[in-house]
Amino acid sequence: MELLSGGDILLRALHDAGVKHIWGYPGGAALHIYDAIFRQDKVNHILVRHEQSAVHAADAYARVTGEVGAVLVTSGPGATNAITGIATAYMDSIPLVVISGQVAQDKIGDDAFQETDMIGISRPIVKHSYLVKRQEDIAETIAKAFYIASSGRPGPVVVDIPKDVTDPNHKVPYKYPEKVKIRSYQPTTKGHSGQIKRAVKQLLAARRPMIYAGGGVIMANASEQLRELARMLNYPVTNTLMGLGSYPGTDRQFLGMLGMHGTFESNTAMHHADVILAVGARFDDRVTNTTSLFCPNATIIHIDIDPTSISKTIQADIPIVGSCDVVLQDMIDQIRDAAKKPDAEAIAAWWEQIDEWRSRHGLYTAPRHGASGGDIIKPQDVIKLLHKVTEGKAYVSSDVGQHQMFAAQYYLFDKPRQWVNSGGLGTMGFGLPAAMGIKMAVPDADVACVTGEGSIQMCIQELSSLTQHQLPVKIINLNNQALGMVKQWQDMQYGSRYSHILYEDSLPDFVKLAEAYGHVGIKVTRFEELEAALRESFALKDRTVFLDIYVDSSEHVYPMHVAPNGSMRDLWLSKTERT
Amino acid sequence: MRRIISILLENEPGALSRVVGLFSQRGYNIDTLTVAPTEDQTLSRLTLTTHGDDHIIEQITKQLNKLIDVVKVIDLSEGPHIERELMLIKVRAGGAQRAEVKRCVDIFRGQIVDVNPVGYTVQVAGSSDKLDAFVAALPEGDIVEVVRSGVSGLSRGEKSLRL
Repeated sequence: MELLSGGDILLRALHDAGVKHIWGYPGGAALHIYDAIFRQDKVNHILVRHEQSAVHAADAYARVTGEVGAVLVTSGPGATNAITGIATAYMDSIPLVVISGQVAQDKIGDDAFQETDMIGISRPIVKHSYLVKRQEDIAETIAKAFYIASSGRPGPVVVDIPKDVTDPNHKVPYKYPEKVKIRSYQPTTKGHSGQIKRAVKQLLAARRPMIYAGGGVIMANASEQLRELARMLNYPVTNTLMGLGSYPGTDRQFLGMLGMHGTFESNTAMHHADVILAVGARFDDRVTNTTSLFCPNATIIHIDIDPTSISKTIQADIPIVGSCDVVLQDMIDQIRDAAKKPDAEAIAAWWEQIDEWRSRHGLYTAPRHGASGGDIIKPQDVIKLLHKVTEGKAYVSSDVGQHQMFAAQYYLFDKPRQWVNSGGLGTMGFGLPAAMGIKMAVPDADVACVTGEGSIQMCIQELSSLTQHQLPVKIINLNNQALGMVKQWQDMQYGSRYSHILYEDSLPDFVKLAEAYGHVGIKVTRFEELEAALRESFALKDRTVFLDIYVDSSEHVYPMHVAPNGSMRDLWLSKTERT
Repeated sequence: MRRIISILLENEPGALSRVVGLFSQRGYNIDTLTVAPTEDQTLSRLTLTTHGDDHIIEQITKQLNKLIDVVKVIDLSEGPHIERELMLIKVRAGGAQRAEVKRCVDIFRGQIVDVNPVGYTVQVAGSSDKLDAFVAALPEGDIVEVVRSGVSGLSRGEKSLRL
């Protein structure tokens, strides 16, 4: 049997686990591993400028490909810098394996240079973690880490490796396990048949049904089943922020996103629904508004692979633990064979009501914002034009704030995995490194990073990584010269006392900044120039373009849930109108 | 309501901290906690008492089951069960008090496990209520030191928590 050092074993195991790319940043405790990287060519390492970006890039790669993202950082500050990225992936259930170097075992606990308790620090934000103590355990630990990260409800797994374990002078036989079995971990994929029967019966008896689909549908590759189920029943569908793209955004049966900044029609329909089929969604507080007022008349069917998501915030009447694809397929089969059909008359009346809501205050039929023109550029119009110019086919990453909500509302995603954003943790700085990861995943596709002048500055150093690795993306900077979402809340709840949301003329010249990194920068201040600028940017296939678009800084995101003490249907529709 | 949760846990480094961390992270309470390896050295048995309404207890058991190192979880208080807690208590007992304390120990079926001229060290085992009662029965101000093991328990009958 071949003898390998710990570093070589790690690289070989990563390759055997299917890793093509690993994002990372070297440092003392990881040096043996980096030397092993140097001596092989199977796993491609991408050097970033900050460990947080390495995790975001791998995370976005995982979101787009469905594979497990891989990250390598050193101990101490390398590990702690990765924490925000790990928490981001954890909140959105993204499969990642994060390998961190650790000081040698004889120094652990001595407050050694660049020592930090990575297992302890990351514990609440990982699905699981391992401290590897022997060379002989590396391959099996990596196999387990990838299995845990990608199965059940996916999530990040940390593998902390002390420096002595990768010592090049200590060699042991290499063996990658063919199968991984963990006796304490056996996730359920198949739903309980009795529960599915009950759910189907309830669903077919519905008079005002809603299908509420979240990120779990995307994770489980269940979009096709979702579409088939919705179409065979002719039931309306809404998506969570994380679920966008799981159902075609331009489809007639799609009511738009729900929740705090969801559409009037989807939130109102949810409130009045008699049966809600929740699929791979977790009744997050940004969806439900006040839980005690949530959808008072609905029987709730909840499909989720994670039992803890069920009846956590909203009590499910019919819980089904299982993978969305498997459970939806079972439901489709049963509905097809069922003698009972949905009450066509009731469903027609329900659609008539929904269409009336749509025409009254619909996001796409009754605009929630004023017109653009001259030096007034409405941020919503930027997203609509982005959709037009890219024909709805771009992969879009976003940061966090108003621009994120505008992108979610107006870029009608038709395909799963097209929309990449930090939904759960709400991590500013996510967008640019994410775009980098997406471009690695789909090199031929257009990649747009919708961001704002606040968020982009949180990981802006990655402009350098984009240059080094020749990853051309388009940065759509909705520059409103303020931390827009905070400003909106300060406008609405703090009497427009703008506490620390302005930069006092300190914003950089983004065009010059982009150029300094070797990219193209374009500043847009007039609406009439916007479409041409967007077209020019996307025509520059092999260049990263920083489009600095000065948008109307007075704009708010609407609709917006009235809170606290509001229900799903209680919405601000503009600065002055509410339901 | 008070619950006794019993957990079969992989005997791995860090496994205990994941259980304890889960409670603090999600705002649940641990009232008592006891843990030790079982006859199978790869497994630990952890018993904890907590309190909360049905919704919270349901979330606690689900969240515990979600931890990779947790093999099995059972809520002992859901059915008939035996629970025991061990207490060692150092009591001042000199002069006339000496016989009085000894009588009290006998009533509670405790054992005096150490003696010195001014007091006893007493061992009492039983339900937590019994231990509370013993403490309350001792003359006020005479308790020097108390240490309790936390609750351990098993289901009655054939029901068991094993691999």
